[in-house]
This record gives sequence, structure tokens and C-alpha cells, in this order.
Amino acid sequence: MKPETEAELAEMVAGLTEPVRIVGGGTRGVGGPEAVLETAGLSGITLYEPGALTLVAQAGTPVADIEAALAAEGQQLAFEPMDHRGLLGTSGTPTIGGVVAANISGPRRIQAGACRDFLLGVRYVDGMGQVIKNGGRVMKNVTGYDLVKLMAGSWGTLGVLTEVSLKVLPKPEAVATNAVHVASAGDAIQALSAALKSPFEVSGAAYDPQNGQALLRVEGFSDSVTYRTEQLKSTLSLIGEITDIPDPTELWQGLRDVMPFHGQEGDVWRISVKPTDAPDVVTRLEADQILLDWGGGLIWARVPEGTDLRARLGAFEGHATLVRADAKTAETLDRFQPEPTGVQALTRGLRARFDPRGVFNPGLMG
Amino acid sequence: MEMPRPNPEILARKQAVLSRLLQVLPADAVIHDPAETRAYECDALTAYRCPPMLAVLPSDTQEVSDVLRICHEEGVPVVPRGSGTSLAGGALPTADSVILGVARMNEVLETDYDNRFIRVQTGRTNLSVTGAVEEEDFFYAPDPSSQLACAIAGNIAMNSGGAHCLKYGVTTNNLLGVKMVMMDGSVVEIGGAHLDAGGLDLLGVICGSEGQLGVVTESTLRILRKPEGARPVLMGFDDNEVAGQCVSDIIKSGILPVAIEFMDTLCIKACENFAHAGYPDCHALLIVEVEGSEAEIDDQLSKIIEIAKRHNPVELRESQSAEESAKIWLGRKSAFGAMGQMNDYMCLDGTIPVSSLPEVLRRIGELSAEYGLPVGNVFHAGDGNMHPLILFDANKPGDLEKCEAFGADILKLCVDVGGCLTGEHGVGIEKRDLMSHQYAPADLEAQMAVKDVFDPKWLLNPAKVFPLDASESRREVRVAAE
Ligand SMILES: Cc1cc2nc3c(=O)[nH]c(=O)nc-3n(C[C@H](O)[C@H](O)[C@H](O)COP(=O)(O)OP(=O)(O)OC[C@H]3O[C@@H](n4cnc5c(N)ncnc54)[C@H](O)[C@@H]3O)c2cc1C
Ligand SMILES: Cc1cc2nc3c(=O)[nH]c(=O)nc-3n(C[C@H](O)[C@H](O)[C@H](O)COP(=O)(O)OP(=O)(O)OC[C@H]3O[C@@H](n4cnc5c(N)ncnc54)[C@H](O)[C@@H]3O)c2cc1C
Repeated sequence: MKPETEAELAEMVAGLTEPVRIVGGGTRGVGGPEAVLETAGLSGITLYEPGALTLVAQAGTPVADIEAALAAEGQQLAFEPMDHRGLLGTSGTPTIGGVVAANISGPRRIQAGACRDFLLGVRYVDGMGQVIKNGGRVMKNVTGYDLVKLMAGSWGTLGVLTEVSLKVLPKPEAVATNAVHVASAGDAIQALSAALKSPFEVSGAAYDPQNGQALLRVEGFSDSVTYRTEQLKSTLSLIGEITDIPDPTELWQGLRDVMPFHGQEGDVWRISVKPTDAPDVVTRLEADQILLDWGGGLIWARVPEGTDLRARLGAFEGHATLVRADAKTAETLDRFQPEPTGVQALTRGLRARFDPRGVFNPGLMG
Repeated sequence: MEMPRPNPEILARKQAVLSRLLQVLPADAVIHDPAETRAYECDALTAYRCPPMLAVLPSDTQEVSDVLRICHEEGVPVVPRGSGTSLAGGALPTADSVILGVARMNEVLETDYDNRFIRVQTGRTNLSVTGAVEEEDFFYAPDPSSQLACAIAGNIAMNSGGAHCLKYGVTTNNLLGVKMVMMDGSVVEIGGAHLDAGGLDLLGVICGSEGQLGVVTESTLRILRKPEGARPVLMGFDDNEVAGQCVSDIIKSGILPVAIEFMDTLCIKACENFAHAGYPDCHALLIVEVEGSEAEIDDQLSKIIEIAKRHNPVELRESQSAEESAKIWLGRKSAFGAMGQMNDYMCLDGTIPVSSLPEVLRRIGELSAEYGLPVGNVFHAGDGNMHPLILFDANKPGDLEKCEAFGADILKLCVDVGGCLTGEHGVGIEKRDLMSHQYAPADLEAQMAVKDVFDPKWLLNPAKVFPLDASESRREVRVAAE
């Protein structure tokens, strides 16, 4: 099924007799039923006001189209959504609806916020085929419940997004990156924390153990970037040797897309923790490869196929999501961290109300 | 403003409910004497008052849980309360309700600078959260003008904002986790010191739910390192439209000020008389603040001033000292108080797309003439969050009604130009019946479905947010169940 308009989509959903898998660009690797409901027919930017930092687009609009329109005005999606294709070995065209449905946010999340923080409004079709709107296109809106946040990251389990409205931000004039050479994850976290605790507005804080570098990105107007990178150097000089990375744009794109894992075998997990817990969690993971982002709060781990990483970790504060695995593993091990009973009851209750017939992405998200 | 009739069967059971509550709370935490429950009869929307049946002041999550379990079993509505500074009537009781105040729960539970968060009980005031981390040069960013008094509990429930949220976001962007007691007394923990949700973003829907989904007792908040410095520049214009254009140009230029505040003639005069900040005599005043090191501030301000100059300002003044900056902000932050000295006022907070600013201001001016009530405008211009303050005389018969009708017209206007009814104060009772102007029945139904899941009996703050006729059948179920 591939509707061309919201009304057509609503009609299709109302008439569904079997569950469907909602597919935007089909790039984020989530399984589901055979029947497919594609959103790519709902495409196009409906409103863009650079002076108000707002953009409204239909859910099936390719992310690349949006990025191009923004770039023409010197603006960008500040939450820096990753491109999953390299990591998952998928092809297809990522859509803005898929980004929002999965709340995809890159390295700048620690400074600017996640996709959900930039989402101003949504329109979606619920499981009964009703068109619902929430939020709008203004920056501040507390009118009624914030279903906008609820829809962000709901992975198509509550409804099919048809239109999203986003806050956008100016592209920085300059970018610089310091690499602090460290010997361990512990030292890396120390460096990242120290930088994030400083007033120098770090917009990326990652660690790649393969080359032993804690990476710190600073963005803004040129003079200010120069000033802040210098200040950071003196703040961090006791932790390790510091070098400049020239032209760091590609480096951060690689970190965003978990490039070091591309083409490597095994399952990929994404673990969200309190940053200073990261060194201990990393030790317990015994992973083949790791990559840390968000100051240590986001751990990417590559492990042999079929590894039950949650069992390995035991109890910890945070959650682990299985991002890449074969269908069998994905079925045996829940993709999403099982929730405590009280929270799970709320999740199930909401799903039962938004999609009473259970037609959207069944099996996903518990 | 209509409120549902109190349920006589609940009122008749006051003694029974009281004695059960006294079994789980110390005597001084249960307020039942009508002379004392009066203290909880209203919030900052003082035009509406109604003392609750009882008020309780629990000291910890366990006591909150006990209270809610009992009220759930007894079928008694509960109205959560922080500091009672809501401007929307969010904390207004009904005569058959129990007010659950969290003011005694104001401890700091954990501060963690390496991970940049603080965990507090929610009765703690907004400003004292910053107070708790200031010695390490950290702060909690959302800064409602009421920050000295309002509690984190109310901030979370209303998703409050402040002057500096243009850069730092509102409460929901700075909230990492909550401990919350459900109406049946069970306790859930959502989020924490890690960054994103593992499943559905329940935290996102709890924030801004106006005390209707659960009672939040503890919260994990993001704290940030203070910038090296900050400095405002004042600019005056002879024309609202030009000021609006200037705002838009600054935003487009790539500079992200921490705040862009706008005041019109009436507010400028009132604030100047109050704070003596040296505000110029003009039609539209902008306060634009930037942050960073001295050099960074100079650099950004010179870019901003260059943009402003293209719009022929009648005044352009960079603050020269910390004292001057404080005065400039004092004027802005005391705008409500200053207007309050002139007369009673009603404060609205609709949000509009920044591009509609001139049109909306012109329409408000016309409406003001039609209704014969003066209105001052002070607002967060960077994000289009208006604060029209309508002056009226509460002692003059008919004035309040006239003011409400005027307010409703302004809010509808905000919606019609592509904005919304409320940007940071919440719906409460004040905008409840206007919700149908912004949302279709199915949209409201989807929101009410969330409440059905969290609070199936509709006992938590039930008469708020949704138009009474829209929520009636759900609230009826409760009465029928008695
Ligand atoms: C090489 C290869 C490897 C693969 N690996 C896996 C694997 O490990 N596990 C697996 O399960 N599948 C895997 N797949 C299958 C395939 O990637 C997915 O089944 C399918 O393409 C998912 O696309 P998507 O809609 O999730 O993508 P996206 O469009 O990126 O969507 C992401 C998420 O958002 C939802 N969504 C998208 N648009 C909307 C919208 N408008 N409204 C609401 N929700 C929306 C989707 O339902 C999905 O949950 C793989 C495929 C290939 C070719
Ligand atoms: C002079 C003045 C200036 C103001 N300026 C601003 C401003 O700049 N920005 C802004 O956003 N607001 C502003 N406000 C409005 C008000 O201060 C905020 O809405 C504030 O967050 C309310 O906090 P409170 O603790 O007083 O909550 P209350 O008024 O006690 O309650 C507000 C709501 O929160 C609910 N609630 C309270 N405690 C809990 C709990 N523990 N769990 C669940 N729900 C709970 C209540 O039921 C109610 O619905 C201003 C108010 C005044 C009087």
C-alpha cells in the first residue's frame, strides 16, 4: 500500500484487515508483518520560514530534500540524524517520518537536544483510521497533552505520521575538533566530562578506543570557536596530549553513522547509560568493538551474533536496544529493553487506545 | 467560568476520608478546618476561588502514595499543588476535592556535576534548584518570572518556560526523569540520569499534563555550566512591525541570543516607573541578551547592533555594567507586578508564528479599542510567545466578563494565525473551553485517551484542560460509581 494523500492513507488504515509494517524509507532495519504500508507517497515540504526557524514537511519527504532546502538558507536539522544505511547494510531513501518515528539523534544531541526536542507538531493517522493533530508550528506550545513527544520514538506503534513540523537552527560558521589522546575508557570519560562541565559549549563528545582518542567538537562563529578550543586545551591538558583535527566534518559524520562498525560482522547494540557509568558498563560488555558518543552516555557495541547482551550486563541503570541482528536473534531477544511492570502497563494501555486493533508494527516495542 | 457541581456523596463522607488520611499522615499534615483550607482556595488566577474539602501536605513519596490510594478507594478527586502560582487555575480546587500539596518535599537528593544533573523532591522552588548548584557555577536553565516562588512540581506539570528558553528550551527539554505516584498509589520511575527513553517517551507526555496523570514527587533535572558572562542590549523602535522584522533578521543571521524580549508602550512605561531601568520612551522595546566570554559577547552584540541599525532604531544601548544589566532585567521580570500596580490584570500567553507579530499586535490594538480595556504587551519575541496583559477593574460589575471575552478573542486570533492558546502557562480552567477552537473532537479524544490510561477513574485534577462537555461522560462514570 502506498497512499498519495493523508485522506487516502486514513481510508486505507480504516479498511485494514491485517496488521501492517509501516515503512518510510525502509532503512532502519526493523522487522514486522509481510504487508507493508509505505509513506513515501506523502512527500514534500509544506512550509519553510527561515526567519521563524520552522519547517513543516510531509512524513515521506526524503531527509536529503529537507537538508538541501535548509542548507540553501544556511540552516540545518540541529539534532543531526544518523544515516543507518551503512551500519545496517540497507538501501533506500531515509524519510523524515522515519527519523521522527525512531527519534534519531546524532552527536549534537548532548548540546542541542534530541529529535523530540525539535519536533513542534505532528499529524498522524491512528489505528482506527482517524486523522489526529497535536502541537503545531510554534516554538512554545503547552496547549493540552504533548502527544508530539509521545509520537517521537514510538516506532510507528501508535500511528502513521503524515506530517511533522520541526524547529531548525542556523548552520555554524565554523567547526573545530580537539582530540585528547587517552589510554582507557576511564580517562576518556574524564576528558569528556571535564569538557562538558566547562562553559565552552561542546557540541560533540565521543570516544573511539580504536585510536585512543576522546573527541571534542566546538561550533559557532570563527573567533569564538578558536577561543573555546584554546580554552578547552588548557582545561584538559593534564588528562592527555591534545591535537587538532583539521576539517572534522567527515569525522563527525562517521561517528554519527557509527562508521567504524560498517562492514564488520556481528550484532550491534545501542546502550544508554549515565556517562560516568560507561567505563564499567564497557568492561562488562566484553564487546568486540565499541564506540562512545554523548559524552559516554551512548555506547555502541558490536558483539558475536546471538549474544544476549542484557544477560551479560545484568542490572544497570539505563537501557539496551538491539539495532542490528538477524531475524532469529531479533525475535528471541527483545529489540527494546523490557520495561518494569508499572511502565509496561502504561505503554500497553496507550497502544491499546491508539491502535485498538493492533494493526501497526505488531511485535515491535514489547 | 463554570466548574462541575461538587458531589454531595463525597462531601457527606468528609469525616470518614479525614480519619483514614489521619491514619497515614501526621496530624499537622492534614488540614480540615474550613478556616485553614481557605489558604488553598485559589492559585494566581485569583478571580476564581473555592476552598477544597481537605488539604494534605505529605513529606515523602510513601505518604503521597498512601494518600492517593485512600482517595482512589474513596473515589475522591485530588488536585496536586506546588506553590500555587499557576496563572491558569491549574491548582484551583473543587469543593469535593483533596488538595495534595508537595511544598514540604523540598530536599535535594543528589547532585552530580560530572553527569550534569540534580535530583530533587518536586516541592523545591525553581530558583533554589539553581541555588543548590551555584557554588559550582552551574544553573538550572528554565527561568519562569515566578521562579522565586514556583515549584519544580508545577513547572513539570505546566512545562513552564522563561525568558532564556530561546536558547535553553523549556522544562521538557531539561527534564531527565521523574518518580511519580499513580492515582491508585503505585509508584513508577521514568527516565533517569541517562539521556533518552528506552521505550515510548512517557516522560514527554507527563511533562505538561497539568497534574492529571500522576503526582510527581521526585525529578532528575539537567543542570548546565554557567556561561562566562552575559550582556543585554536595549533597542527602541517607533513601530511594532519594524521591531518584529528586526527580531526575524537577528534570528536568520545565525546568532542565537539567549533571550529576545519585547515590550510595547504601555508596558515600557509601567516597567520604567517600577524599575527605573532607563527604558526609552518608544513604541516597541527589545531586550536582546547574548552569552559567552567578553570577546564573544562583543562580537555577537556588534553583529546584532549592525542588524538593528538597518531598522532605524530610536534607541540602541548596550549595557555597560552588571548593575545596568540587572536593572534592565529587573524591569522586564517585574512587568506583571508593574502592570498589577496600575489595575487588576489578566495575563494571556498565546504563541504565534514570529512572522505574524505585526498583524497580531495590530488586531489586539483594535480589539482593545472595541472592548474599551487597555492592554499591554510584553513577551518572548524570539519564540513568538505573547503575554498580553489586559487591565480591568475586578470591583466594577461586568469588567471581568468583558476582560474574559476580550482574552478569548485574542487567543482565538493566536490560533487562527497558526499559533496556539498557551505557550507556557497551561490550559487549567482558563483556556479549557477554548480547546475546541484549536483542536477537533478527535484530537481531544486522543489526549483524553492518555488520561484514561493513566487515571482510569478520572480522579486527578479532573475538571481541567478539556472542555467540561467533552470530559463529562468520563467524569460522570466517577460519580455514577459512587
Ligand atoms: C541488509 C538488510 C538488513 C536488514 N536487517 C534487519 C534487521 O536486522 N532486523 C529487521 O527487523 N529488519 C532488517 N531488515 C529489514 C528492513 O530494513 C526492514 O524490515 C524495513 O525496511 C524497515 O523499514 P523502516 O520503515 O523501518 O525504515 P524507516 O522508514 O527508516 O522507519 C523506521 C521506523 O519508523 C517507522 N516509520 C517510518 N515512517 C513512519 C511514519 N510515517 N509514521 C509512523 N512510523 C513510521 C517504521 O515503522 C520503523 O519502525 C534488513 C533489511 C536489509 C536489506
Ligand atoms: C508573577 C508570575 C509570573 C509568572 N511567570 C511565568 C513565566 O515566565 N513562565 C511560565 O511558564 N510561567 C509563569 N508563571 C506561571 C506559574 O508560575 C507556572 O505555571 C509554575 O510552573 C507553577 O508552579 P507552581 O509550583 O506554583 O504550581 P501550582 O500553581 O501549584 O500548580 C500548577 C499545576 O501543576 C499541578 N501540580 C502541582 N504539583 C504537582 C505534582 N507534584 N505532580 C503533578 N502535578 C502537579 C497542579 O495540579 C496544577 O495543575 C508566572 C506566574 C506568576 C504569578
